[in-house]
Amino acid sequence: MVPTSYYIALSAVLFVMGLAGVLIRRNAIIIFMSVELMLNSANLAFVAFARAYQDMSGQIFVFFVMTVAAAEVAVGLALIVAIFKNKRSINVDEVSSLKG
Amino acid sequence: MTISADFVLFLILAVVSVMAAAGMLLSTNPVHSALFLIVNFGTVSVLYLVLSAPFIAMVQVTVYAGAIMVLFLFVIMLLGIERLRHSSALRWQTPAAVGLGLVLLIEAAYVLFVRDAPGASLAPGPLAAAAETFGSPQNVGEVLFNQYLLPFEVTSVLLLVAMVGAIVLSREK
Repeated sequence: MVPTSYYIALSAVLFVMGLAGVLIRRNAIIIFMSVELMLNSANLAFVAFARAYQDMSGQIFVFFVMTVAAAEVAVGLALIVAIFKNKRSINVDEVSSLKG
Repeated sequence: MTISADFVLFLILAVVSVMAAAGMLLSTNPVHSALFLIVNFGTVSVLYLVLSAPFIAMVQVTVYAGAIMVLFLFVIMLLGIERLRHSSALRWQTPAAVGLGLVLLIEAAYVLFVRDAPGASLAPGPLAAAAETFGSPQNVGEVLFNQYLLPFEVTSVLLLVAMVGAIVLSREK
């Protein structure tokens, strides 16, 4: 059986890659997908610990995280579509009208 | 860590998921990025199966890869983003982000593998064999509807709010 720390290490690697994607990419859709990658890596950590401690709460929490992620994607993509209709671009550098 | 079939399986899945995540980050075409992310979700779903979570694995494929990523692809193709030209990258922030991410990873690897015994502070001893029905839908339902009933009802309200919000945001003025 693979030790739990290996799964947590994989979760950390995926999380850092999602974080780098949020910081580096300028396309709003790619940033959003990187956020989904981060949420997914947290889910992996939850399921790994649920298996280690034989506690179902980890998997239930993954269920709730997926629900929240689905709701967030729906609203976030509606926002992106609305911004695109206005500005014809989804480069987040150009969505800076409130910048001082 | 002996080279057992479990470890080889975990290694293959981990390498595929990390490479798919890297492909998602580095790809210039958003459709390719979405497809790479679907591959990543698929391999993580297989990891859930290895971790005795069959219900969560199927929910991952259905909700994440089947609904959320399809929604992403709809929006990408609706807006025609793959035809937009690639924007200029940030000059000093890209290496800084990659460098700081590597620092975080090295720190996590140190905590996980060097301090104390490997994984001793994380899990209580070697993994006991899970019960036959550990992650089964019946077990998930029992815990979800007995212990977590209130969060379950709250998430239904959350989904209603998300639906109303999405419709309001996409309405023609």
